[in-house]
This record gives sequence, C-alpha cells and structure tokens, in this order.
Amino acid sequence: MINARFFNRSELIGFLALAVLLFVILPLSLDIFRLNLVAKYLTYAFVGIGLVICWGYGGILSLGQGVFFGLGGYCMAMYLKLEASSVENTKIQSTPGIPDFMDWNQLTALPFFWKPFHSFPLTLVAILLVPGIFALIIGAAMFKRRVGGVYFAIITQAIAAILTILIIGQQGYTGGVNGITDLRTLHGWDIRTDHAKFILYFVEVVLLFACVIAAQFIRLTKLGRILVAMREQEDRVRFSGYSVANFKIFAFCAAAIFAAIGGAMFTLEVGFMSPSFVGIVPSIEMVIYTAVGGRMSIFGAVWGSLLVNFAKTSLSESFPQLWLFGLGALFIAVVLAFPNGLSGIWADYVQPRVDRLFGSRKSGWNDNSVADGAPAE
Amino acid sequence: MSDEANKGLNSPLRRKLLMGMAALPAITMLPRTSFAQAPATSVVNTTGLAVTDTEVTVGILHSVTGTMAISETGSVEAEKLAIEQINASGGVLGRKIKFIQEDGASDWPTFAEKAKKLLVNDKCAAVMGCWTSASRKAVLPVFEQYNGMLYYPTFYEGLEQSKNVIYTGQEATQQIIAGLDWVNKTKGAKTFYLLGSDYIWPRTSNKIARKHIEGHLQGAKVVGEEYFPLGHTQFNSVINKIKLTKPDVIYAIIVGGSNVAFYKQLKAAGIDLSKQTLLTISVTEDEIDGIGGENIAGAFACMKYFQSLDNANNKAFVSAFKKMWGEKTVIGDVTQAAYLGPWLWKLTVEKAGSFDIDKVAAASPGVEFKGAPEGYVRIHENHHLWSKTRVGKAKADGQYELVYETADLVEPDPFPKGYQ
Repeated sequence: MINARFFNRSELIGFLALAVLLFVILPLSLDIFRLNLVAKYLTYAFVGIGLVICWGYGGILSLGQGVFFGLGGYCMAMYLKLEASSVENTKIQSTPGIPDFMDWNQLTALPFFWKPFHSFPLTLVAILLVPGIFALIIGAAMFKRRVGGVYFAIITQAIAAILTILIIGQQGYTGGVNGITDLRTLHGWDIRTDHAKFILYFVEVVLLFACVIAAQFIRLTKLGRILVAMREQEDRVRFSGYSVANFKIFAFCAAAIFAAIGGAMFTLEVGFMSPSFVGIVPSIEMVIYTAVGGRMSIFGAVWGSLLVNFAKTSLSESFPQLWLFGLGALFIAVVLAFPNGLSGIWADYVQPRVDRLFGSRKSGWNDNSVADGAPAE
Repeated sequence: MSDEANKGLNSPLRRKLLMGMAALPAITMLPRTSFAQAPATSVVNTTGLAVTDTEVTVGILHSVTGTMAISETGSVEAEKLAIEQINASGGVLGRKIKFIQEDGASDWPTFAEKAKKLLVNDKCAAVMGCWTSASRKAVLPVFEQYNGMLYYPTFYEGLEQSKNVIYTGQEATQQIIAGLDWVNKTKGAKTFYLLGSDYIWPRTSNKIARKHIEGHLQGAKVVGEEYFPLGHTQFNSVINKIKLTKPDVIYAIIVGGSNVAFYKQLKAAGIDLSKQTLLTISVTEDEIDGIGGENIAGAFACMKYFQSLDNANNKAFVSAFKKMWGEKTVIGDVTQAAYLGPWLWKLTVEKAGSFDIDKVAAASPGVEFKGAPEGYVRIHENHHLWSKTRVGKAKADGQYELVYETADLVEPDPFPKGYQ
C-alpha cells in the first residue's frame, strides 16, 4: 500500500523550499565561514531525520544518538588522522608514522583496529557498518527482551556515558578528551581550504536529501505504517502476528546509520572529532533539535537543527555570558506553546491559509493523516 | 590620519626612531598619550586586520559558561584589566584596543567555531584565549590556517610549538623539574607517589616527573602511579595505599572539582600535610578557594606565580585587579599568565612596528616584559616564556607563602630530550 504519490502537495512544497534554500539561497548569500557553520548545523539534521523515524514514528526515544554520531565521526577522523600522520609529517616523534597522541602515550606501533582505516573504501564501509552493527546489537539485546519506553531511553543514555568514559580513558588509542585533531587531507585533497569547504557543503546537502528521501520512503511503505501502529498499540501489532522487536531494531539501526553519516560529515566540515559529541549532553541536544522542529516531520527535523543551532550561534555571539538562558527560554517556549514543534505551527496555522489561498482544501495533505497525527499520549 | 603623517612615518629617520624605541622596552613602556604620533594604518596593517586609525580589535576567547567557567573567569578578568591599562597608557601604536569576547562554553568544537569567527569575521589582530589543552588543540589548526595570533595562558604539557601561538604559561619541564630538585634537596625525599587526573596534561607531566626522579635524583624512585577520571570524588582506596607505602612525597596533579574531595578525604584519613610532604602542580589560589585553606594548609605547590609575591609589580597588579573585580577575588598562576598576554602582544607589536601576524610572530623572540607581576619574563625562540619556577607553601588563609625560587629564569623546553 505505497501511496501513489511519493510526496503529497504540501510535502512537495516543503521539499522544494528546503532545496531552494540549501542549494541556492544560502550558498549565494553567505560567506564561506557562515556557510561552513550551516554545514555544521546540517550534520545534526541527519541525526534529526533518524530520530523522526525512530522516535516520532516508531515511538522509541533514544537519548544516545551521540554514540552513533560519534562512531561515524571517529571512523572518518581515524582515516583522516592516519593520512595526516605520514612518516614525513611526524618525523620529530619517537615513532614516526603513528598519530601524535599515540606517541605521547608511549605507543610504538599502530593498534590493530586502526589499520583498516588506511584504506578509504574500508573507512566508508566502516562509517555505515560500525554504528549499524553496534545499534543492531543494542537493539537486539533490548527489544528482544521487550525493554522499551523510559527504560530504553535510560539505557541508551548509559551507553553514551560509558562510551565517553571509554574514549577518554583509552587516550593512547583514541586521543582521549582532546579527541582526534589536526586533520588535513581526504585522499590527498586538502579539506581546510575555502574551495574544499564549498564543495563539502554541497556533498553534504546532497547526502542530506538522499537521507530525506530514504526516510520518506520508509515512512510511506507498509513498514512505516507498522511503526506507527507499534507506537500506538504495541500489543495489537504483536497479536496480529508481526515481530515487533525486528521492526524496532530496524528503526533503531536506520536512525543510527543516519546519525553516523552526519557524524562523518561533521568531522569533514569541522576538522576534528572529540568525545564531547558522544556523551549525554549532545545526545539530548540532538533530541531537542528534533523536538523543536517537530518529531513527526522529516523536514521539521532539518529546520529544527538549522534554527536552533543558528540561534545558539547568534545568541552566544551577542550575549557571551547570558546566551544559555536565552536558549533555554526558547526551548521552554517552543515545547509549552507548540508541542508539535515548528512543523506543528506550520500544519496548524500556515498550511490552512495556504490551502485557502489556492482554494484546494480537498486535495492532498490528509492522505497520511494516520502517520501525521500527533501521537496519543 | 593625514598624508603628512604618512610621509613622516615613511621617512627613514622616523623608522629608525621607531625601531630604536622598540629595542628599548623601558621606553615603550612609558605612557604614550599623544595619538597624533600614531603611524598610518596602511603601514602597520598590510594584511587586512581590524585596525583603524584609532582602534585595533582583539578577541577574548574563554569559557564563561559550562564547567570550565570557574577556572577561566580569572583569565578573562586579567585580560580585560591588561587591556584597560594599556588603553589608559596610550594603546598600541597609538590605537586603543577594542575587544570582542566570545564564549567557548567549555566545549572544544565551540572553541574552534568561535576562533574561526574571531579570525575570519572579525579579523582580530590577536586573540587571548583558551585554557584546557583540549580547547587549544581544537583551535590550533584554525589559527594556523587563517594565520592568527593566540596568547595561551595555561601551564600545559608541552610537546607543541607553533608560529601562531605564544604560550604565556609554563610548559611541563618548567613546572616540574625545579620543584622535584627542591623537594629532593631540602626534604631529602627519595620515594614518590604520583597521582593525576586521567588526561594528557597529568599523564605527560607525571611521565616527565618519573623520568627525572628515576634518572636524575640520586637513589630516588617512584613507588606508585595512579590516575582518576575527571570529576572523580572517591579517593579512599588510593589514600589507603599511600598510608601503606608511606612515600616521602605525594606528587598530585589532580584537577578541577576532584581536588575538593581529594584534600578533604586526605585530611579525614588522618594524613597531616604538615608532616607528610605533598607537592602539587595543579592547585592555584583559585582552587584553594574551593578546597578550603584549612584542608590543604601545609601542602607545597610548584608554580611560577603566587598572589603573595613580594615585589612592586605584583603589588600594583594585585591592587589594580582587586579594584576592578572586587576585594574577594583571588589571583592564581594562570590568571597572572593571562595578564601577560595583552602586554606581551603590545610590546611585540611595537617592536615589530606592525600589526601584521607574520611580523609579530617574527618579532616575538626576545621581547621582554619588565612589568610582569611575576617579575620579569622574556619570549624564547620557541614562543614559550623564560620564567622562574617557585615553590609555595599553602596557608590556612588560602594564600601561598613563597619558600623557594630558582635563581635564574628557567629555559622553556617543550620537546625535552630524555624525558619523552
């Protein structure tokens, strides 16, 4: 029962508006520094899209998406770091050819798990597979035992904390609290130049739209319907003969892989990776971006990431000592006044007017009312 | 700025005069109140920095929110004080310093973002900032790529040197070796128990300490070495081990809030710091504020600066600082090092006769600051400072009492041979 049309009319407008904004308006109007910041904001949108599938549709609240964001980012960072640590670049070290932080920690050889990251294709595979398999293990362990709801959220949070401590503690292997810094080239191509940043921005936007389309595809298939059904009445779905656990595992893995792509792009855009993206606070922040954007809306997640991060940057530039209060007030206001986030505002206030303007209230956007409706809680 | 002034500056005589002035720091330190003498902007700024005929923009980049805010606030205050004093005495090359403050929010990527903003967007001629090694590591590629100038105030692990950074704090050997020699000589210490928070600075520092103890102190040895996660608060098991091994010296590099738990538990376990020698390189007057003077009284700290230093520069500095930020503020080692940043930059710019980053970087070695609260400092070719190492004894009132200082300035050696 795939819908005849992939996007209904309002979604098509949203898709086109976002495409015009990201492909045309922002690149033309912003200088490369601001464009690079937008690219950084958009890396969180990948996580947001994953959360819409996993949380908005599947009802699985994960407070540990930073884990997957970080794993993807670390995979990319390990490749870039090895490339930056050529024997020639590191000849002042006691063991040339290994990353600088390993040398500081008296390691004399590259650890085995770093070795695959000499190869670019293997790195790309690892970026998707490592977080994917990790999510599969967590998901299988949790959902097969019917751990769900709040307990699942707490466990994901614990995993985020554990991984942070592990990374910080094993600094000889991971760079510790400093993270992996001073990344220079990707396959011989200097990623620090303005030109490279410009190209990376477009690569990222293309990937983002690919993820949007993939998420929309998941939503519209039978799978998407089952996710919603599961969220609303898990037992009925189970009694109808579906394996609830497998669907949940799928949604969780999909969210993890989206987050990992975001993490890998983050490393490329920002030029380093550190445990501060893996922990509890960034994981919760990512949930907030999605909540502000509207957890039922794929486009909402993108807008939420963009706007919240934009507010974060501009508030902190204007009020370096008070900006956190402003940001906090913004969150509270959005959650209290608009529980469905920005996309809720759109659907409740803007959309009806647009429809009236075009005189076509009958058409389109109610087709997916099951999936679009606010969750019953 | 009139054309006449332009010509005036370009004349060879005027240049010689300027260079002569730069070579005599004593003269450059005299207040210059006449802005008419200022050289033309087109001459002193050929790379498009934020310099006008009357103003020059610098950045201040520290955490004023988040977990590091408590440590970094002192640095921000010291930098603002230095900037105000420089402005009151005529500014830099006749230009007032205007600062743009950004918040690193105790978050390393935010530091990188803000550093980029200060350099690319605001074209800051210099940035005073960063505190933790992690934040410095995050911004270093940004400063190197966009060719900025960073004045970094914290004592740190070394193993780094950059054209774009002036390290106004001590690198590890400057803080460690003289202190160990002192404790070995005056206390006859032979056995050392090394403790640290688990990250790069304590680990590297303890590595250097161990090499020095085992290689350079006659008959001395390390009897234990342990690390704790940042924020750790349960030290009872290690305190028991210390009681069993009875080391001559506890060498503690525990940072942040963990210190409060560590010293209180040490006292509760009956270890009397007036009998048991404890040497730390991580507790400044700022930390004592949190630990409580009565809990740490008797411990020794190895730093380059203590608020109680008895010299004219320091007395003036302390009273100016208290006047600006309140009577209750305390001044630790890093706060003083942060105060050096703007001054060293001013002196270097005036020596170079230019705000251009390349010229400032090239002119930095040899710049000396005689007004430093710690006494006298000079920039080394490796962009670290020559400074003295001092040992202080903590008193119950939260201040340190100076018990030892090196006779000469200690040479900075960020890549120490034989200690790696």
